[in-house]
Amino acid sequence: MLVINTCRNTARLALRSAWLRNNVPISSAIASRTFSLGLALKQQDVVNVTFVRANGTKIKTSGKVGDSLLDVVVNNSVDLDGFGACEGTLTCSTCHLIFKTNDFEKLPDKPGDEELDMLDLAYELTDTSRLGCQITLSKDMDGLEVHVPSTINDARSA
Amino acid sequence: MTSNLLNICRRGFHTSSVRQQIIQSETPTKRICIVGAGPAGFYAAQYLLKNLGDCVVDIVEKLPVPFGLVRFGVAPDHPEVKNVINTFTKTAEHPRLRFFGNVSLGTDVSLHDLRNQYHAVLLTYGSDQDRELQLDNEQQSHVISARKFVAWYNGLPGAEHLEPDLSGRDVTIVGQGNVAVDVARMLLGPPRCTQNTTEYALEALSRSQVERVHLVGRRGPLQAAFTIKELREMLKLPNVQTRWRSDDFSGIATQVEQLQRPRKRLTELMLKSLNDQGKNSSPGTKQFLPIFLRAPKAITEGEMEFSVTELQQDAAVPTHATERLPANLILRSIGYKSSCADADISFDSRQGYVRNREGRVLKVDATDNVDAGLYVAGWLGTGPTGVILTTMSGAFAVAKNICDDIASNALDTSSSKPGFEADDKRVVTWDGWRRIDDFEMETGKAKGKPREKIVSIAEMLRIAGV
Repeated sequence: MLVINTCRNTARLALRSAWLRNNVPISSAIASRTFSLGLALKQQDVVNVTFVRANGTKIKTSGKVGDSLLDVVVNNSVDLDGFGACEGTLTCSTCHLIFKTNDFEKLPDKPGDEELDMLDLAYELTDTSRLGCQITLSKDMDGLEVHVPSTINDARSA
Repeated sequence: MTSNLLNICRRGFHTSSVRQQIIQSETPTKRICIVGAGPAGFYAAQYLLKNLGDCVVDIVEKLPVPFGLVRFGVAPDHPEVKNVINTFTKTAEHPRLRFFGNVSLGTDVSLHDLRNQYHAVLLTYGSDQDRELQLDNEQQSHVISARKFVAWYNGLPGAEHLEPDLSGRDVTIVGQGNVAVDVARMLLGPPRCTQNTTEYALEALSRSQVERVHLVGRRGPLQAAFTIKELREMLKLPNVQTRWRSDDFSGIATQVEQLQRPRKRLTELMLKSLNDQGKNSSPGTKQFLPIFLRAPKAITEGEMEFSVTELQQDAAVPTHATERLPANLILRSIGYKSSCADADISFDSRQGYVRNREGRVLKVDATDNVDAGLYVAGWLGTGPTGVILTTMSGAFAVAKNICDDIASNALDTSSSKPGFEADDKRVVTWDGWRRIDDFEMETGKAKGKPREKIVSIAEMLRIAGV
C-alpha cells in the first residue's frame, strides 16, 4: 500500500512540477495525454465535488475517478489559500477536509498512522476529518460535499 | 526544450526594468515591505497579492538566498516539507512582487527609512537566537546550541565552522522539541538519509563515534514537546533502539483515556514502544534515550548533572535529588528567541519577540497603543512554536489585518511612496537567486545530491552576479 501510495504521489508530483514550470493546468496536460492514447475522458468518469468554505460559500467543481481531492483542488485552481502545501507527501495538514459522517464511513481506505499523525496537528480537527491528498475519487462519490476548515486562525492560539 | 523556452520567456518578462514599468503604471499603489523571506513572509505576500489588487509587495532578506527555515531549518532527510518552495516561488514570480536579497534591516537599511518608503512594513525575520541554560561552563566548546548544529548541517552561512566534537560515545540533548528530535535523528540515523546535508557535515557525521543520544526534558511524558510524526520516525530508524525509563511512565497509562486525541495518540505510541522495548534487543545498535523529569543543574567535563523534578500543576519543580548523565557533547535545545534588528522596534527582550496585538506592532513608548503601519508575523511575533500550518495561518491572519486596516483607513495610504531604493547596494534580485539555485542543483547533480548548497556569502554574490 505504501509503495502504491509512493508511486501515486511521485506521479502526481511529476505532473504538478510540470504544471508549476509551464503554468499549464494539469487537467489539460492529462487531457492531451489521454487523447494521444485514444482514450477520451468518458462522462461516467467525472465525479462532481463541492467544497464548502468556512464562511459557507460553496465551490462546485469536478474531478475524475482516480484523482485525489488535492488533485481536484489543484487541477481546477480551486481558490483555497495554502491548500496542499507539501503537495501530497503527508508532511503537512493544509489539505484537511471535514466529511459528513455518512460520507466518512463510506470511504474505502481508512486513514493510516501517518495520516492521523498529520491530522493531529490540524486546526478544527473532527472525528470525520481526513487529508484531501489521501482521498481517491470513485464513481460512487459523485455529488460529494466536503467542508474546508478556516485557514485563518488567531495567531495567538499558536 | 519547450519548457526551457517558456522559462526563458517568462524570466525575460520579469526583469526588473519591465517590472518597474508595470509597477509605475498602476495608480494608486499601496506599497508594502516584508522583512524576511521565510515562510511567514511568503505566506503573507501570497495573501496580500491576492486580496489587495493595487499593491506592490517588496521582500527584503538579510541573506542573498530566500526561504529562511525551509532552506536552513527543515531537516535534510525531510525533503517533502521543502515542497512549499514551489508555492513560494510562484509568489516570488508574481509581477507585483520584488525580491531584494542581501539587505539587512538595521545595517543596510533602517526601519525608519523603510517606513518612509512604504505604507506598511511587515516584520517576519524570525528567531535567530536561542535560549540559554544559564549554567556555569555553558560557554565551553562541548556545549553547543541545537540551532547552531542544525544551521551547520544545513549550510547556513557563518555556521560552517562549528566543528562539533562527535568523537565521544554520548550526546546529551537538553530539550525535547522537534528540533531536538531532528538533531537526534541526524546523529543516530544512517548517512544515506542525509543526502541534502552539506558536504562538510556529511563527512563529519560519517566519522561520528556517537552511539547514545539522551533526550532530556524537565517535565513528564504527558508534556512531551515533540510531535508524533517525529517520534514515529525515530522509532522506525534502522539499527537504533529507543529505550524509555519505565519509572517516568508510572501512573501515565491510567490517564490516557482523558486526553485529547493528539496527546492521547502520542502517549499511546510512547507506551506501546515502552511495552515493546527489549523484545528485539540486538547488541551493538545505537540507542535513543528519552528521559523525563530532569532539569539541567550543572555542566562538567564529560557529564551533565540534572535535578530530579516533580510535577506540580504541570510545572517541573526541582527536588534535592540529582542524576548525572554521560555527555561528551551537550546540545542545548530549549527554545529560540528573536533579536531586535532595529532600535525602533518595540521588542520584549525577556520573551524575545516583538510586542504586538494580533500582528499589529505596539508603539515603542510602552503605551500599548498600536503603531499604525508596522506589523509582525511568524515566530518573530508569536514566539518559536508551531509547524508550517501554524505559521501559514498566522501570516494569513496578519496579512488580512493589513488589508482591513487599509480598507478602514486605519492606515493612511493617500500619499504615494517610493519603495526600496537599492542605490549602490549589492542586492540579489530574484533572477540572481535563480542563478544561485541553478548553480547549486548543477553542483549537486555531479555528486548525486538534489543540490549542494553554497555556504559562503561572497560565493553566493559572485554566482548571482552582483
